[in-house]
Amino acid sequence: MTGVIVSIINGLLLGAIYGLAAIGLTLIFGVMKVINLAHGAMIALGMFALYLLVSWLGINPYLAVPVVGVGGFLMGFCIYWIAVHRVIGRAELMSLLATFAVSMIIVGVGTVLWSTSPYNVQVDMPGLSIGRYTIPGNHIVAAVVAILVAVALYLFLYYTRLGKAIRAVASNRQASELMGIPSTRVLAIAFGIGIGIAAVAGSLIATLFPFTILSGASYELKSFVVTVLGGLGNPAGALLGGLLLGLIEGSVSPFVSVSWTPVIEFSLFVVILILFPAGLFRVGRGR
Amino acid sequence: MMIKRPFFWMIVATVAVFAIAPLVGGIGVRESLFLAAIYMILALNLNFMIGYTGYVNFGSIVFFGLGGTLGIFAITVWGWPLWAALIGAGVVVAGLALLLGLGILRLRGAYFALATIGVVEATKAFVSNFDPFGGSTGMYISFSAYKPLGGAREALWVAYFLLVAVLGISLLLSFWIKRSRFGLGLFAIREDEDAAMVLGVKAPLFKAIIYSVSSVLPAIAGVLFFFKNGVIQPEQAFDLTLSIEAIVMLMLGGQGTVIGAALGGFAYEQFRGYLLTSSTFSSFHLVIAGALLLLIVLFAPGGLIGWAHERWAITRKVLE
Amino acid sequence: MNRLALSLLVSASLVSAPAMTYAKDIVIGFTTSETGKLNADSAPQMQGFELWRDQVNAKGGIKVGGDKYPVKFVKYDDQSTSGRVQQLYVRLVTQDNADFLFSPYSSGLTATAAIISEQYGKVMITTGAAEGKTYELGNQHLFQTYTPANLYLASALDAVKAKAPKSKIALIYENGGFAKAVATGAKAYADKLGLNVVIDEAYDASTTDFSPILNKVVSSGADVLIGGGHFADGSTLARQLREQNMKLKMISLLVAPDVPKFAGLGSAAYGVSVPSQWESDASYTPDFGPTAAQFTKDYENRFHVHPGYHAAGGYASGLILQHAIEQAGSLDTDKVTAQLNKMDATTFYGHIRFANDESRHGLQVGHDMVLAQWQKKGGELEKEVVWPEAAGTAPLMFPISQ
Repeated sequence: MTGVIVSIINGLLLGAIYGLAAIGLTLIFGVMKVINLAHGAMIALGMFALYLLVSWLGINPYLAVPVVGVGGFLMGFCIYWIAVHRVIGRAELMSLLATFAVSMIIVGVGTVLWSTSPYNVQVDMPGLSIGRYTIPGNHIVAAVVAILVAVALYLFLYYTRLGKAIRAVASNRQASELMGIPSTRVLAIAFGIGIGIAAVAGSLIATLFPFTILSGASYELKSFVVTVLGGLGNPAGALLGGLLLGLIEGSVSPFVSVSWTPVIEFSLFVVILILFPAGLFRVGRGR
Repeated sequence: MMIKRPFFWMIVATVAVFAIAPLVGGIGVRESLFLAAIYMILALNLNFMIGYTGYVNFGSIVFFGLGGTLGIFAITVWGWPLWAALIGAGVVVAGLALLLGLGILRLRGAYFALATIGVVEATKAFVSNFDPFGGSTGMYISFSAYKPLGGAREALWVAYFLLVAVLGISLLLSFWIKRSRFGLGLFAIREDEDAAMVLGVKAPLFKAIIYSVSSVLPAIAGVLFFFKNGVIQPEQAFDLTLSIEAIVMLMLGGQGTVIGAALGGFAYEQFRGYLLTSSTFSSFHLVIAGALLLLIVLFAPGGLIGWAHERWAITRKVLE
Repeated sequence: MNRLALSLLVSASLVSAPAMTYAKDIVIGFTTSETGKLNADSAPQMQGFELWRDQVNAKGGIKVGGDKYPVKFVKYDDQSTSGRVQQLYVRLVTQDNADFLFSPYSSGLTATAAIISEQYGKVMITTGAAEGKTYELGNQHLFQTYTPANLYLASALDAVKAKAPKSKIALIYENGGFAKAVATGAKAYADKLGLNVVIDEAYDASTTDFSPILNKVVSSGADVLIGGGHFADGSTLARQLREQNMKLKMISLLVAPDVPKFAGLGSAAYGVSVPSQWESDASYTPDFGPTAAQFTKDYENRFHVHPGYHAAGGYASGLILQHAIEQAGSLDTDKVTAQLNKMDATTFYGHIRFANDESRHGLQVGHDMVLAQWQKKGGELEKEVVWPEAAGTAPLMFPISQ
């Protein structure tokens, strides 16, 4: 029994991080109706950014996380102007392909720089023992940071001028333009924030697991699942979706062979998408 | 009716070139054309969804992989001959696609695209765990399976010519649908689905049918590919990257046109093959392909054919 | 802009420069995984090939009859996927005129390439490909340097049997071709020895979070863990075993602990053992070629890392081929094949003999594996051969001291 509880706790901790990663994806979709296929590549870049900061400058990994976030924001801001701006409002195929092209370029450059062999960021952190089981300390810290970042984003979106402007553009770009909001610049900033959050999520994941430049792909898929659980374009839902995914993984795995988890996960994903396209949660203040 | 059009004869000529070139140029040419034909078949059939109907199918590779898995299973475990496996895989995959299509085609736009990704991943995970299909180890084809066709060497030639036939059927089917009433219905759905339904197009049925149609030939191509490959493993059968690359091919040539899809598949294969084997570019092949894709999306969204159509009026009359 | 893209494409399809070959070269063709997920495992194998080639060429080449022929490599990147493997191997044979072939890295890619070697009747020495199935398909020209997959964990299980036959064993492995074949073999062998396997479970190749599976291991009360897969998942698994503070008597993982980078895990590497095709302190007396010590020294001088078995396997493939060519006194495929068929020799890499019977031609039947363990020597992590005890450089640490 303890085993099941520990498994669920583990799942929830990871779920918070999946949720944070998905927030980056869902924010961009919510604001500009773009599914960012460079999401995984940015998560991977966040991992490497943390690795380089820690190994070159020797700073504490958790202090490096905000730096990665700022770097991710700037990068996202640039990517918006280079690759995304021209495809906003065109058929979704165009934005999918534009961001996929960005992903190819990033992964290609990353492969040349770091090859595809795994890297490690060493974090020594005492774990929490429950009977014979142990919950690793770095998982707890990473989950807490993820939730804090998510809450900070929520506060930003609902209680600051810029945040409100982003939400205004998300719900109706033309009307907000008429209200004097420079919508293009707001889109660029929102894209930057989305990428920044993806990079932060990546850097948190890097404190838990070894990674390669290709690792982003599997987290991108997880982000899709989480996004759908929480409702596309709904940041608060994404965090809950992440926790739900973690809960599912944690509670299913003691009873089923773990290699079946992806079967369950993705079947659920398709079914929920068909039955509840708006997601399982409709939280926050409307859409 | 179709025979009178110049484009029909272009299709005939293309198939003839594919059939004759390796006989003249040798097996090196055959290998390159084999992969090119696979890519062209994927792009042409994907075109039914993306180009004709306006539904972005990100997971078209699931047909290819599932067809390959079922076909190779029939050959290695049940000892079916190749032709029976081809037909069997095509029929079963078409049936599954029809059922699946009735479900996921209720979704539109980005939601549909995401669902198709989910379908690929779920199927891949299932096959990796399903022991009758060899699980993650996959299935290996014994050399004795090639014997009825006269040995490994002959079998690979047979597989190639069958694939060329599938390519020819893909081209003709694309051409025929584009010129048919059914095709017009699809175009109407692409332009405005709600308006099309008001005008009497049975959109849900049309969509499910075209989804199913777009699955048959890739499934057969999958059997041929893995028959020639000698081994099938879920990891390579359900490769999401190839699925996305098929979209890239379509964009490169020009979505919605028959010649564009075919040309895109061919050009993409040659281009990637060249980058991979050239000593200058090989380590940067991903970067170059990505940059090229970005340039096409941003500056030439119609692809090669769209660009040609803008330039010359004649191409619009001749090229479909 | 458009015109540029178009002309690029056109020229790309027209240019296919055949590699220049001189009459007096022995051309060996192969693909390696320079990009993609197998890169970390494939690179040392490639370095083994290169070291062999350069040493041969420094001496003027391979002796064929009265002449010496230098060795030339033609290689392509297979991107760790099999999509283009056949195309590239056909290109190697038809356009680059390869005389002999080496295999790509990994069982899956090798199975795909093997068909081309068979179709063109070219000798292919396989290395980094342990899956046995490929050799049961009726090949005539494949020769395996690795001990087949089903025997990988045999030495680890032998050790368990000798030290603590009552142990509860958890068999945890990657859901992929090679690891699955290893696990199937290991399960059968454990049953034969009468050992108690309490968990037999596969995980997805892209798994990064092992906590669900490790919780199950704790619940089952297992005290020995064997399995793993390749480098990425194996090193992750080892790290999480440490983080979750699992008190296991023995941990034996495939592939990963043998890659020199594994030592970078620090305390997580301590006590982990690995079934190994070869270790540098092996003391075989070679019939031809360098001794293990010489090979290790040359390799370290060249690449500045300690060679693992992937590197040794690469070098050994070249050596085996060279010996067969020299014995045959000819580059003729049939003559070289005949020499390989009757080869029964010891190299720095160990004993080499290939099965000759129709049903499993080319399968490696002479070579034995050892078990190596990361131990501490004067505070430094050091890999020691621990099993079989007769070949060991240090006793097996069992249970792993905390």
